[in-house]
Amino acid sequence: MAHDMTHGLPVADAHGGHYNGGWIRWLETTNHKDIGIMYLIFGFVMLFVGGGMILTVRLELFQPGLQFVQPELFNQLITLHGLVMVFGFAMPAATGLANYMLPLMIGAPDMALPRLNNWGFWILPPAAIMLTLPFFLGLMGVGPGAVDTGWTLYAPLSIQSGWGMDFAIFAVHMLGVSSILGSINVIVTILNMRAPGMTLMKMPLFAHGFLMTAVLLITIMPVFAGGVTMVLMDRHFDTHFFNAAGGGDPVLWQHIFWFMGHPEVYVLLLPIAGALPHVFSAFARKPIYGYKAQVYSFWAIAGLGLVVWAHHMFTSGMSFGSQIYFMYITMAISFPLAVLFFCWIATIWKGSMSFETPMLFALGSLVLFGWGGVTGLALSDAAADPQYHNAYFMVAHFHYAFYPTAVMGAMAAVYYWLPKWTGHMLNESIGKVHFWLTIIGFNLTFIPQFFVGLAGMPRRIPDYPVMFAEWNMLSSIGAFILGTAHLVFVYNVIKNIRGGEKAQDKAWEGAEGLEWTVPSPAPYHTFETPPVIK
Amino acid sequence: MHFFYKLGLGLWVALMSVTGHAGYAFNLPEPVTPIARETLHMHNLVMVVILFLFFAVFAMLIYSFYTHRKAVGHKAATFTGPTNRKQWLWALSPFALLFVIDYGVFGIPAYHAVVLYEDTKTDADLVVKVTGSQWMWQYDFPSEGVSYTSRLVTPRDQIDSGAAKGAHYLLEVDNPLVLPVGKKVRFITTSNDVIHSWWVPAFGVKRDAVPGFLREFWATVEKTGTYRGQCSELCGKEHGFMPVVVNVVSQQEFAAWLVSKKQAAAAAAAPVETPVATPAPAAAQAEPAPAKAVVVAKSVAQ
Repeated sequence: MAHDMTHGLPVADAHGGHYNGGWIRWLETTNHKDIGIMYLIFGFVMLFVGGGMILTVRLELFQPGLQFVQPELFNQLITLHGLVMVFGFAMPAATGLANYMLPLMIGAPDMALPRLNNWGFWILPPAAIMLTLPFFLGLMGVGPGAVDTGWTLYAPLSIQSGWGMDFAIFAVHMLGVSSILGSINVIVTILNMRAPGMTLMKMPLFAHGFLMTAVLLITIMPVFAGGVTMVLMDRHFDTHFFNAAGGGDPVLWQHIFWFMGHPEVYVLLLPIAGALPHVFSAFARKPIYGYKAQVYSFWAIAGLGLVVWAHHMFTSGMSFGSQIYFMYITMAISFPLAVLFFCWIATIWKGSMSFETPMLFALGSLVLFGWGGVTGLALSDAAADPQYHNAYFMVAHFHYAFYPTAVMGAMAAVYYWLPKWTGHMLNESIGKVHFWLTIIGFNLTFIPQFFVGLAGMPRRIPDYPVMFAEWNMLSSIGAFILGTAHLVFVYNVIKNIRGGEKAQDKAWEGAEGLEWTVPSPAPYHTFETPPVIK
Repeated sequence: MHFFYKLGLGLWVALMSVTGHAGYAFNLPEPVTPIARETLHMHNLVMVVILFLFFAVFAMLIYSFYTHRKAVGHKAATFTGPTNRKQWLWALSPFALLFVIDYGVFGIPAYHAVVLYEDTKTDADLVVKVTGSQWMWQYDFPSEGVSYTSRLVTPRDQIDSGAAKGAHYLLEVDNPLVLPVGKKVRFITTSNDVIHSWWVPAFGVKRDAVPGFLREFWATVEKTGTYRGQCSELCGKEHGFMPVVVNVVSQQEFAAWLVSKKQAAAAAAAPVETPVATPAPAAAQAEPAPAKAVVVAKSVAQ
């Protein structure tokens, strides 16, 4: 202990294996690999929290009538599912990947701001507790339960809601601070700590993707923090930002929320869009196609992503001109996204492909996200949108956009780099079971939701008319298969940590990049002397 | 191109009708207003085009998986981008096609659909005010002085304790909205508390009811019948239990219904207004009463 006290200062030092175990090491560590692992563990724990919540919802929706969950609890479950998945799973998991892999990929010894890095992570667990505590208290009969307004927190419902809402507001503040700190760190690291000779346009695409994510987060999170503070003021300090009786406007909240909420979609997409080309290139044994085009597409996606937010509000009542603008500008996003798809397909085209687990997940991500993308074109139509909006068609659409990228893409990336982290090759047969269970479970969950949405089922209802029963039953069965697939993933990762075939430094035959020049598993400190890029 | 569109549309419609019979609703409901027809047309067009695009690209990928793989000894190429004029043309042509699809095939009809959707300012035959509140709808016919609320009547034991569910489970109300067939109805919508959203899928319209603001939409229902929908903006605990039911009837039936409503309202209002010293002028009576008073009047009428 004395040893820890004297040497356990949170500084990045050169003495590998310095901390002799114990939880204090994890609390104080400033090592990017430790912090990256903590982010990943935190993210995947939250994936199971959010997943458990939505499986309870799917259980309730298995057949018409209220069987297991009363409407009050149902509203809390769907709200927390959304907030937990977006802010608790998808963003931390991507940040974990960035923390571990960015320094390795750009030849830096660590992140530029290691203490900030530690702080950024350790804000997350209290924020997660803040967000979910009212839920568990509510289950035990204490208080009104968690925030129950849907993850969109629409005013005036969020003004009316119980004190779970206040907890959610403070959780959002903490999550926002964490994201901003993480983003500053990524930007500073990328701009200052690349290996000599690695110009911006020689940098790995993963770094470009995350750079854009960081820029977006710094743009949107302060706006969101301001917005939830206005809700807090309306709730407790008699302001009327969102109350027409006091000169406010409920729709103002929607603008603030979606100014954050739509770029958030690309915050979740871009780290994965940066990681996938590496996987395609490695398993097609062929260099990345259209590197520059992809970089510029990332920029275009981020730029356009900031100016399309009100396509979430076509039913809120907008002027004719606004509707036309938001419709056409939304369609414009299909171009940079199409560039990415084109480049990814051209990367594997005429390659020498093999289908190890990371490649399967990357390809699954490509195909399913493709469908998520083209259904977005249907929703962009301002006049047809009311038929999709807030119905299950839209729910299915955005799950086809989120799940294949934020979840399957993250799994592709984890499987791809896992040999570098653990020093062991994957168990391919378990990986394939995981993949096919995921594909079957995901499609069985969400294809019926397209149909039931067109038939007229609104989202966020705990009970539904009997004509929607068949599709809902199928969807629930699919959801439980998908949940099982995630257990297979955890089993596979734990098995890989415990042992397996020894991984080479370059774990995959076709893998390229600086991360594959260091030993597997990567030592505690890497690139203490920077590599030189020609 | 037109042939493929027809073919795709045919297959889509065939699939719809088959699954429709099996009890699996597959597509938007049969449209009964100009907007819903326009929307269904747009929807079918978009679906045919994106399904074609998706499966064309997917087929290319499958072809690539089988031919460009290591297991059959395919040697990897090394190209990283277009190098000559011909390759540039090949690389850019999908984007030209996408441009035509986005702003031509979809963009032009979508523009006209929005024009149609927003055509709330031209003369309407009838104005209906729809007010959402937790958790019911209130309908006012301002020029007729008719005003009433509409709530779910599905018995609780069907919801909570597994009693046999009726055909219109969760889609049945005490007082449906009644509209005349073939008349342009201008809807004005607002809310008493939080945001609600009024949606009848067969009408193709959904518009949020925002407290403190008025929003407009319109519908000309071309076919008599009973149409059902639900609130589609999360509005609290009973969000799933505030359906919309609209009875569309002939002009004569509508006129008769209005008269009966007015008589019921007058009968209910008479004793309430007796203490008032000066009788309110007719114009004032025509104005919609505040929500609470209407609820009272309604319960007295029953």
